[in-house]
Parts: sequence; C-alpha cells; structure tokens
Amino acid sequence: MDFLFNEYILSMIVYCGVNIILAVSLNLVNGFTGQFSIGHAGFMAIGAYLSAYLGMNFHTPFILNTILGGLASAAAGYAVGLPSLRLKGDYLAIVTLGFGEIIRVVLLNIDAVGGARGMYGIPKDGGFFWTYGWAVATIFIISQLMRSTHGRAFLAVREDEIAAEAMGINTTKYKVRAFVISSFFAGIAGALFAHYLCYLNPSSFGFMKSIDVVVMVVLGGMGSITGSVIAACIITLLPEALRPLQEITKIDFRMVIYSLTLIILMLTRPKGLFGNLELSDLWKKYVKRHS
Amino acid sequence: MLNGTHNKEVLIDADKVTIKFGGLTAVSEFTNKIVSGELVGLIGPNGAGKTTLFNMLTGVYKPTSGVIKFCGTDTLKFKPYELSQKGISRTFQNIRLFKELSVLDNIRIAAHQHTSYSMVESLFKSPRMRREENKIKDMAFDLLKIFKLQERAYEEAGSLPYGQQRRLEILRALATEPKIMMLDEPAAGMNHSETHELMETIHKIRDQFKVTILLIEHDMKLVMGICERILVLDHGVLICEGDAKTVQKNPEVIKAYLGASYEEIIC
Ligand SMILES: Nc1ncnc2c1ncn2[C@@H]1O[C@H](COP(=O)(O)OP(=O)(O)OP(=O)(O)O)[C@@H](O)[C@H]1O
Ligand SMILES: [Mg+2]
Repeated sequence: MDFLFNEYILSMIVYCGVNIILAVSLNLVNGFTGQFSIGHAGFMAIGAYLSAYLGMNFHTPFILNTILGGLASAAAGYAVGLPSLRLKGDYLAIVTLGFGEIIRVVLLNIDAVGGARGMYGIPKDGGFFWTYGWAVATIFIISQLMRSTHGRAFLAVREDEIAAEAMGINTTKYKVRAFVISSFFAGIAGALFAHYLCYLNPSSFGFMKSIDVVVMVVLGGMGSITGSVIAACIITLLPEALRPLQEITKIDFRMVIYSLTLIILMLTRPKGLFGNLELSDLWKKYVKRHS
Repeated sequence: MLNGTHNKEVLIDADKVTIKFGGLTAVSEFTNKIVSGELVGLIGPNGAGKTTLFNMLTGVYKPTSGVIKFCGTDTLKFKPYELSQKGISRTFQNIRLFKELSVLDNIRIAAHQHTSYSMVESLFKSPRMRREENKIKDMAFDLLKIFKLQERAYEEAGSLPYGQQRRLEILRALATEPKIMMLDEPAAGMNHSETHELMETIHKIRDQFKVTILLIEHDMKLVMGICERILVLDHGVLICEGDAKTVQKNPEVIKAYLGASYEEIIC
C-alpha cells in the first residue's frame, strides 16, 4: 500500500482500522448487551503492552503476540466482569472506569515496560493488511454471533433482564461472555496499535481513550455494527481534519466540536446515526422502496 | 379433579410459604399442591399477594420461610433461569416483552434453552445450527398461528396493540416448553368478548400442549368458566379453595370482595 498513499494518510487509515475494532467490540457490550462499560482503553492497553513486550524480548511472531495480547485482555475481562456484572446498572460503569485507571497507573509504575517514559523500539509489524484483516474478522465474528441464538440472548439481556431470566437465559453468563469477547478484541486492537506505532505510553490509554470509544458506539448507534464502523472513522479523522484550525487559532477545538457533535446528535438522532440498523437493513429498505 | 388423580404428578408443592417486606406480610403460610394437567385460577382483590406468590414460585423472590418444591426438588437454591429450564414459565402483569425485538425473536429467545449449538458453530453456520434454527423457526410460526400473529412476525413486538402483546407473551412463555405456565392477568385491558375468547384459547392450549396452567385473574367471574379449581387469596392468606360453586358461596370470599359489587362476584 505504501506506493499508494503517503505515510501520514496510511497511518490515519490504520488508526481508523484499530478504532473500528475497538468500537465494534465495545458495541457488543454497550450496544447489544446493554451494559455500560467505560474501560475499553484498559483492555486495549493490556493487549498492547503484552504484545509489545513479547515482541521486544522474546522475538515471538507477530500473530502469536497479537493473539496472546487478546487472550490476556480477555482473561482480564473475565476477572473484572464476573464479579461486577452481577451488579446492576451503573456499578459496571464505575468498576470498568476504575479498572482502566488502575491499568494505566500500574503501567506507569512498571520499569520493565518503560514506566512514564514509555516503551521504545517495539518491532514494527502489522500495518494496513493485518489491521483490516482483524477489523474484518471482528465485524464478521460479532455479526455472525448476533445472527444466532447467542446473539438473541445478548439482546434479551439488554431488553429486559427479568424477562430474559424467566425465559431461561443465564443473564450473568451472557454478560460475562459479551465482556470477554469484547475485551479480547480490544487487546488485539492494542497489539496492532503498539506494533504499528512502535512506541507505547500509558497516557495513550487514559480515560479519554475509553470515552472516545464509547462516543463512537453512541454516535454510530447502540447495536449497529455499521454505525460503529462509520463513527470510528469519523472520530478518528475529525480531530485530524480540525488540526489546521487548531494550528491557526492555537486553541484545541476538538473537545468543543466533540461535545457539540454529540449534543446535536442526541437532539436530532437520539439513537445514533444508524439506530440499530445495519447496512443490510438499509439496503433492504432501499430495494423495497424502489421495487 | 376432573381428569382423575391417578398417574398425576405433583408439580408445585408449596408448604407454609411466607414472605415479608419489612413489616408487611405479603403472603402468609401459603400451602397448596398443583398437579400436572390442572388449570388453576388464583384470584383475590388488589394487593392480595397474587403476583408476589408468582414471583416466589418462579424464583424471583425468596420466601422468608416455608418450602416450595417443583417436581419434588426444593426450588429455593435455583435462579429464575434455572427454574425456567426445569419447566416453570410465566407471563408478567406489566407486560415484559423484548419490545425492540421482532415478534419472531421474542419467541425464539424463549427457545434458546433448547438449543445446543455453540458460539463457535454460529460463526460458520454448522449443520446443527441450521437444523436447530429451522426447528425453532417452524415452532415459532406454529405458535404464532394460535393468535394469528404470524403475519406480524417481523414487526417490533412493542409496536403491537396492547392485547396482542399480552397474547404474544403467552406464546413466548409457551415456547420454553414448560411443564407449568403461570399467567399473570392475561386478560387485563381486554373487553368482555376478547377475554372470553382468550379464556377459551387458554383452555385449548392446556389440552393441546399438555401444560399445567396457573392463572391469576383479578376478576372472579372470568376464571369461573375455565378453571377446575380456584384459589382465593386475601391479604396474603389463602382463604378459600375449590371449584367455582364452592368459592362463590364462601362467605369469606364474599367478604373479601365486598369492595366490589355483589353482581360482579356471582354473575
Ligand atoms: N418488592 C416489594 N417490596 C415491598 N412490598 C411489596 C413488594 N412486592 C409486593 N409488595 C406488596 O405486597 C402486597 C401484595 O402485592 P401483589 O403485587 O402481590 O398483589 P396482587 O395480588 O398481585 O395485586 P394486583 O391485583 O393489584 O396485581 C402489596 O401490598 C404490595 O405493595
Ligand atoms: Mg398482581
């Protein structure tokens, strides 16, 4: 791809891919299963740091590092999710928020991964094809799941937990499953990010990063994979597009624009850009209208 | 019992079941047995504790004291979803459909407990998944036909008129393939002829699906027609039990219903 784009544009495209993985995976928890997690950056960090550490110190193959990173995040997801998902509503948000912060602070204090200085010299790997390969895999896996009885179980939990239990669905089990799958892909996204940038710093995985991903999910529409993909690209590219404005005015407008976009969106399209519709649904509607 | 008592299994065996909310005893020493194949009516004035009793039988609330057995096993240690898998299904007084999902999906979710294909299989649509999904879909449409809902299978459940939502909830409960189905005021909000028709259908469902039914009804006369046995709850106490005639004549029942007009009770 290098001959097609310059380095900067390519990096933007890769970050879009990383964010697509993050947004689509978080949508499984926040959109489809109706839980509110705001610690996705924490899971991303685990995958990123583990994968980078393995690559630097053991020179293990990239694919293995990525998957191990994902698995470590999934394990963390299980450990965090199992106790907290038994609780209702806002508790999960608080626990995941705390978890994200703990991960960041712990990483700041581990010298083996560079602490506050960050981690340099991570072997360059991945890039466009790997990132989009994983993005496609994430989209494929989650959308296939949603077309199965397991997907319907996630939705039932979101719609009405009491009714779901009365229909024989183990709601705790499905919440934990959603959380583990979601964390796995966050870890993968982290690994891809680490090996593309070749540099990691705990500050990349702060609260704001988690909020970014939540914003992507909400902006795209809770429960729409198509929406998450498009919103991930918008949220990745918007700050870049606004960079010239920031350079001229010397003011960081991104937060203002973020907030404004969200407020306007919530006023005009409270269910996000896509609501819970997918591209295929829109296509069906289009076909219906024109046939 | 009309069908004779031989080879009838005791499904629900409640013994001195009591629940207290703070100072309020919502259900007090409820003792009763429900045998397979029965169609039992549970009636009583507002706040008598009918829904609370349902919530205990389905595992939502744990009784303060007393024992509930289902098919001989103590239900206390089971969660609602486990009791559902064992064969207790229910509807809710304040309709709890999966509103934003399709009518069809509401039914299919209830059939989830009878699927066996894994998450991994759903990625490549294994033969087992296809088989089970086809079976669920056929079953769902068969059920929907009971209330002529098949044409609305792909509409959002929340967009159905109120009465149809109640009917869908009954079908959803039925889709779990229960041994006993508990219906909490299934006729609420329906007019007289609709109610009458619904009661007939419930009777048919009982016979066709060989399912035991426990039915809450606020209004006594509605259950008279179809229930072989009626339980009357008042202030959490089971004050009377028997067939329609016995219940109608019982002075305690008349007293409990005195708030309502006399005609409402006997007509
Ligand atoms: N979770 C709870 N906490 C406190 N009190 C409760 C709770 N659930 C029920 N109650 C009380 O228990 C009593 C019985 O309520 P319940 O809902 O079982 O009555 P009901 O017979 O179903 O009445 P209705 O015909 O109005 O549905 C009421 O006084 C109610 O306020
Ligand atoms: Mg009630």
